Amino acid sequence: MTLDVRDLAFAYGDESVLEGVNLTAESGELLGLLGPNGSGKSTLLQSLNRIHEPDAGTVLVDGDRVSELDRTELARRVGYVPQDEQGAFPATVYETILQGRRPHGGWSPGRVDRAAVEGTIEQLDLAAFTSRNVADLSGGQRQKVRLGRALVGDPSVLLLDEPTSALDLKHQLDVMELVGEHVRDRGVTGIVAIHDLNLAARYCDRVALLSNGEIYDVGGPDVLTPETIRAVYGVEATVKHHRGRRLIVTERSARTPSVASAAHSGPDDGRYCTR
Amino acid sequence: MASETVRDGDPGQYRRSEEPARRQTGRETVRENRTQTTRRVYAVASGSTLVLLLASLAAIAIGSVHVPLADVVAALAGGGTPTQRAIVWNLRLPRVLGAVVAGAGLAVAGAAMQTVLRNPLGAPYTLGISQAAAFGAAVAVVLGFGSAASELGSIGPYLTTVAAFLAAMVSTGLILVLVTYRQATPETLILTGVAVGSLFTAGMTLLQYFASDTEVAAIVYWTFGDVGRAGWMHVALMTAVVAAGLAYFLVNAWNYDVMDAGTATAKSLGVPVESLRVRGMAVASLVTAIVISFVGIIGFVGLVAPHVVRMLVGGTERHLLPITAVVGGALLVAADTLARTVLAPVVLPVGILTSFLGAPLFIYLVINGREYW
Repeated sequence: MTLDVRDLAFAYGDESVLEGVNLTAESGELLGLLGPNGSGKSTLLQSLNRIHEPDAGTVLVDGDRVSELDRTELARRVGYVPQDEQGAFPATVYETILQGRRPHGGWSPGRVDRAAVEGTIEQLDLAAFTSRNVADLSGGQRQKVRLGRALVGDPSVLLLDEPTSALDLKHQLDVMELVGEHVRDRGVTGIVAIHDLNLAARYCDRVALLSNGEIYDVGGPDVLTPETIRAVYGVEATVKHHRGRRLIVTERSARTPSVASAAHSGPDDGRYCTR
Repeated sequence: MASETVRDGDPGQYRRSEEPARRQTGRETVRENRTQTTRRVYAVASGSTLVLLLASLAAIAIGSVHVPLADVVAALAGGGTPTQRAIVWNLRLPRVLGAVVAGAGLAVAGAAMQTVLRNPLGAPYTLGISQAAAFGAAVAVVLGFGSAASELGSIGPYLTTVAAFLAAMVSTGLILVLVTYRQATPETLILTGVAVGSLFTAGMTLLQYFASDTEVAAIVYWTFGDVGRAGWMHVALMTAVVAAGLAYFLVNAWNYDVMDAGTATAKSLGVPVESLRVRGMAVASLVTAIVISFVGIIGFVGLVAPHVVRMLVGGTERHLLPITAVVGGALLVAADTLARTVLAPVVLPVGILTSFLGAPLFIYLVINGREYW
């Protein structure tokens, strides 16, 4: 299963968010989507499975145009984990994961759906929380439940919107580990929007750097160089090597806005990001 | 309700040999939890049905002429004295069934509106839809089509109902616009509901000012909801619409469950959020309109019943809706019986009583938010 994005464009009204985005992702590959706030990561993810209808361009899932697929069929093929969500009413872990079977089921969940939910809950080690209200769980467990809802439909493309940004260190690793394993073991195409460059460098097979709605660079983790980081984030960084992995140490915010980050100077200026 | 969960690594939990037990524990725990939930749902469902039946029987028995419970059962079966049969079949039963169906309809409409708008405060009354429907019905009366509850043989009642539905849809349309294009918060929606409700109430007052005495009487009838004037035909018509509405929401229950996760997630799962929202609100408004045009404004049943059920069985629409219908019916029958007897021989309109009951709960929900779950 491959994902192929060609010349994708999207605008909220007059405000252009994405322009001429070209991107491909292979099955069994986790692609990290990197870029500062407002660079269009979430919008790009949501344009891939028509949560937003793109204004131009095509998205192909295994050769089929997404715009021509039936929405249910699209939902079967592409799973999505939102950045954050707040239900108005309490729902248990079981009920929430069961939602993910919607594109497969009829009007009411059947035996196959229930078996799939049981399997997913077991896989994610959430059995003890089956009847617990999702809102009462810790952030890490909540994220696992949302991941479970996307996985229970066994999609061939998995889109994740900043799955680690609200989590503590252990859960950041747990969730990325889970996602990475699932993608490789099941031959799924994974695309993850992520802020943490080190997590991206560690778990993603390739990364795409987004800047102002355009792809600045795509490639293996080695595209994360001090130069690209300065250009995209406006941050001075040092790249070190630790046990064969890239380790990005941020030094300071770049005072002189570079070309790519010119539009982002101002309020972002002077904000240090230390890890 | 005790819910012991199996803890990993607790040796006391494993009875069979260690290895297969470990493999099965996850699924077993899930199933065990599911069995508990199912039992609980069945217990609540049968319990509330029993309450509904008992409340209905009591409602038939109690009144200005007391009919002992045994005689009620006998009369229902076709026995008893002719007077008792007349009281039970012609006076009490239509009223009781009218209350059950109206209560069920309002409760289902309320539960559906809460789900569709993702708003715990949503209900026909709090969103101003009830007031709009009553205004629509009043306009039809003043234009000379008679009241819905009086002459069912003529075209009048249908026109009144249609007018009630159209006015209800004005209110509904405004709410849908706010939700779809302004991403309105629950609070905004309720404030809008208050404004719309006042607007239509003012409209009713204006109509009364210019209406004749008989018309005023007919209009006032809608402002104090009263299940007493519904005859057999009205009950049958209401039942048909309420049942159809309930069936619609049950068939789409899973979709509406998914919608609660939020628009983006629901869309990613192939659920057509916008069209389901419009359809759901239209069906809920139609149910509201038919109930209101036959029995008048009865507030807060649509708010109270779903919340009682949500507290007892949680949020799955498939369970929530039918049980909510039963609880709504029981609530309105009980309230109506109380309204008939509390100041006997004066018969209070039940709408007054439900407002006394619902207003405190509404305030409680506003103050406590969702903490009571």
